[in-house]
Amino acid sequence: MASSDKGAARAVMRLSPPDNVAVALRHLKAGETVMLDDVPLKVNRSIAVGHKLAATAIAKGEIILKYSCPIGTATQAIAPGEHVHTHNVESNYLPTYTLPA
Amino acid sequence: MLQGYLRADGRKGIRNIVVVAYLVECAHHVAREIAAPFRDQGVHLIGFPGCYPNAYALAMMEKLCTHPNVGGALLVSLGCEGFDRHRLARTIEASGRPVLAMGIQDTGGTKRSVAAGRDWIGQTLRAVARQATVPMGIDELTVGTICGGSDATSGLTANPAMGLAFDQLVAAGAKTIFEETGELIGMEYLMAARAANPALGDELKRTVGKAAAYYATLGYASFAPGNADGGLTTIEEKSLGAYAKSGQSRIDGILKPGILPPKKGLYLLDVVPDGDVRFGFPNINDNAEIAELIACGSQLILFSTGRGSVVGSAIAPVVKVCANPETYRRMEEDMDIDAGRILEGQATLPEVGREIFDLVRRVGNGEPTKSEGLGHQEFILTYKSFEPLGPSCLPA
Repeated sequence: MASSDKGAARAVMRLSPPDNVAVALRHLKAGETVMLDDVPLKVNRSIAVGHKLAATAIAKGEIILKYSCPIGTATQAIAPGEHVHTHNVESNYLPTYTLPA
Repeated sequence: MLQGYLRADGRKGIRNIVVVAYLVECAHHVAREIAAPFRDQGVHLIGFPGCYPNAYALAMMEKLCTHPNVGGALLVSLGCEGFDRHRLARTIEASGRPVLAMGIQDTGGTKRSVAAGRDWIGQTLRAVARQATVPMGIDELTVGTICGGSDATSGLTANPAMGLAFDQLVAAGAKTIFEETGELIGMEYLMAARAANPALGDELKRTVGKAAAYYATLGYASFAPGNADGGLTTIEEKSLGAYAKSGQSRIDGILKPGILPPKKGLYLLDVVPDGDVRFGFPNINDNAEIAELIACGSQLILFSTGRGSVVGSAIAPVVKVCANPETYRRMEEDMDIDAGRILEGQATLPEVGREIFDLVRRVGNGEPTKSEGLGHQEFILTYKSFEPLGPSCLPA
């Protein structure tokens, strides 16, 4: 059964109505389906708490909105439910540094 | 009511610390040895490692050694370094605090200096212990806020909860300071809209622009790999969370390190040096920023963390607000407040904001924070250069 986005047990949350990403409120498992505003989203891979997933289909070059604020630009097309992070988004200001794998 | 230690300048401290300050790395070992036996008795080690003089470092040390939480200071020089120990000693003396400036070369080396320093600290501790506390209002507090080891939960729970606590502190007449400009990149227009007047709004935008240019020259944002592991994708997303610490109050001015807020309200601390890029990164770690918040008069620091920072600070107690419920469960002994409960539906933002405000009052009354209890007394000070504040930064 898909988890509800209402009450304490909700799995994901959209912080502001115009946002094209939602936030994981708990660890999400690859392949599970979560409900966001009564719309099911299939999670494409394991997503840690606090991380983002696409709330809608996002085109390459589209601005990512969180809390109604621009937080970067999509570097590739992103499907609903897909993890949104450094592999598919870049800063509009300064590059993000991560440790080599 | 809080209980504070009244100083000659009228400010009140919530602690009565004696600092041992080394004025060059060459004096660090001797200073550490002097302080070591007294580390659980309110003796904190601070210092500046460089041999070349630096106006910023001198101003920082003057403000730190005459901070309201400080009751006395022992200065430890090697003897040949460029730091102006005479001026620092005069400033401390003029503030009415006991001070001794010691040169290791004059005193006769390591052993004699350690012995002489410990003698002085022993006497000074007995003297400061005799000082009685006086009643102190929330409006006599200056509180600084910082986030460190941030993850994507920081901006959802701990930072907005601290923002609510900041709003309550401002309403109660306290002075509050947020930072850091390199982590407000992308927020400049939102901030400018909250400025006390349009000229200050322009200065806020200019200040963030300076930070963006500075970091662009260095090639890195103020962004650690752990931030990305924790779900933050870009500096502007990190900024969005960091900005929430400032709450909703009007922004009353811009400070630079060592400048005290002139009146109650909310201030942005500009930590990025002026002029050409020199001396490297603006703030090499969280404690560099904490030292600057303290030099601006903060008697207490609110610190939010998602990944789980353990640091405290010399001179001022640090209240740790943990944003991430998984981190809290792993590192509970280091955390003062569990803001991750918000994420799990166990508490609301206003409840946790109130909890932070109440804890500020208790810590102001002498209750030790977790990091104080664990003996954390981190301190770092490095080279920087600043120009004086612009005329629009502190509107009348």
